[in-house]
Amino acid sequence: MNETDIRTILQETLGNIAPEMDLQKLDPAADLREALDIDSMDFLNFVVAVHRRLGVDIPERDYTKLLTLDGAVNYLNGKIESRQS
Amino acid sequence: MVDFRMPSLGADMEAGTLVEWLVKPGDQVKRGDVVAVVETQKGAIEIEIFEAGQIEQLLVETKVKVPVGTPLARIRTGSDAGAVSVAPPSPVPIEARPAGAVPPPAQAAPAPALPHPPPMAIAPGAPRRDRVSPAARLFAQQHGVDLAAIVGSGPAGAVIRADVERSLEATTTAAEKKRPIGLDLDAMRTAIASAMARSKREIPHYYLEHQIDVTACEQWLASTNAARPPEQRLLMGVLTVKSVALAARRFAAFNGFYRDGRYEPAAAVHVGMAIAIRGGGLAAPALHDADRLSLDQLMTRTRDLVARMRAGRIRSSEIADSTITVSSLGERGVAALYGIIYPPQVAIVGFGKVVERPWVVDGAVMPRSIVTTTLSADHRVSDGHAGALFLAEIGRLLQEPDKL
Repeated sequence: MNETDIRTILQETLGNIAPEMDLQKLDPAADLREALDIDSMDFLNFVVAVHRRLGVDIPERDYTKLLTLDGAVNYLNGKIESRQS
Repeated sequence: MVDFRMPSLGADMEAGTLVEWLVKPGDQVKRGDVVAVVETQKGAIEIEIFEAGQIEQLLVETKVKVPVGTPLARIRTGSDAGAVSVAPPSPVPIEARPAGAVPPPAQAAPAPALPHPPPMAIAPGAPRRDRVSPAARLFAQQHGVDLAAIVGSGPAGAVIRADVERSLEATTTAAEKKRPIGLDLDAMRTAIASAMARSKREIPHYYLEHQIDVTACEQWLASTNAARPPEQRLLMGVLTVKSVALAARRFAAFNGFYRDGRYEPAAAVHVGMAIAIRGGGLAAPALHDADRLSLDQLMTRTRDLVARMRAGRIRSSEIADSTITVSSLGERGVAALYGIIYPPQVAIVGFGKVVERPWVVDGAVMPRSIVTTTLSADHRVSDGHAGALFLAEIGRLLQEPDKL
């Protein structure tokens, strides 16, 4: 699992939540809540889906690290690498 | 024998289109079963039945639009067993049956009163018979695919089943990407316009606002959620809905319906939760008995309701019977909102964004999390004084989240 795989999984997950958005055009540094118009329920569903697909524990206090696509990729990649080492 | 009729799903609904029957003659149904899907201005609604019994006859075909109150089906109820032979209300002859007889099998049910739709005709210009494989023709008929629009990939350009499948897939994914099936956003806009215009015309609104310290809620949520996997975590929204539901139970002047010149307080508390529909649109389906659900139950129900609302699968009882509405537009960043009451309800509570503010607690200034909570209420039913007490009660309840 590398960064590209994680990014693809995140885009798929976000695509299920905001199906009408073009995720290819999503600014990876933009706040997902604003860029994709997602509320706290959508965001929780995003966390639930990522947790299920990657098996990574995402405590609530870390939510702020997942607010952009780049941030989420970095955070999850770090978690997966520390698990493997 | 009773008639199951096209229900009224809101004051502004005059007619509905029967989209799908989920039962057939001979089926046993019980109170609360979803028996049909009806297309309304609010989207596709799953219609529940309120009588137990056996479906005797379906009276309306799918795709037919009928006015509210039109009988859709005839139900044989338990009390009919001895009465059938006396005077069947149905114009269709029904065999006399001894009391306690075994219910008639499905095929014995009388034919529907309305003619069946004609068998699907092959559109002019469709490929000649020898250019379509039988499997493709059958599949196209079952799924309503127009064969004329398909380019065949079989021998001599014949349309084969795989071609039809591809065509069906292409059309459904294109449609699904635009909006959920069953939600007509233009119709929903019309329904909102009609209900809100009526509200502003008829209901003398008054508005109050109250700053509520929700620091205790945030701390309680953080410690509760820390020990839970994501799918079991709670959101602030369930605490606010529960506090409104409990307050509404105590303050009857905000929980009920104003109809025909008088107010009827409701016996139960069904909180309508305003849900934004992606792409524009709004609906407020009900969380039934929200005052009696635990926070975990409320969270599960909320999650389910949001998902079904956005997918266009809402049940009739959820759309029509909210007794008070809650809107949490603060999710989208606004400090406060002043809602328009959804008639015939008499109150709507709005929660703004949770913001950190310098606050004086026991004589010392400290950072606290504050949410501006508003009440829009019907002045024909209550006065500002009662409204202030109602909002204060919501604030008090939110100081002790562990007791909600």
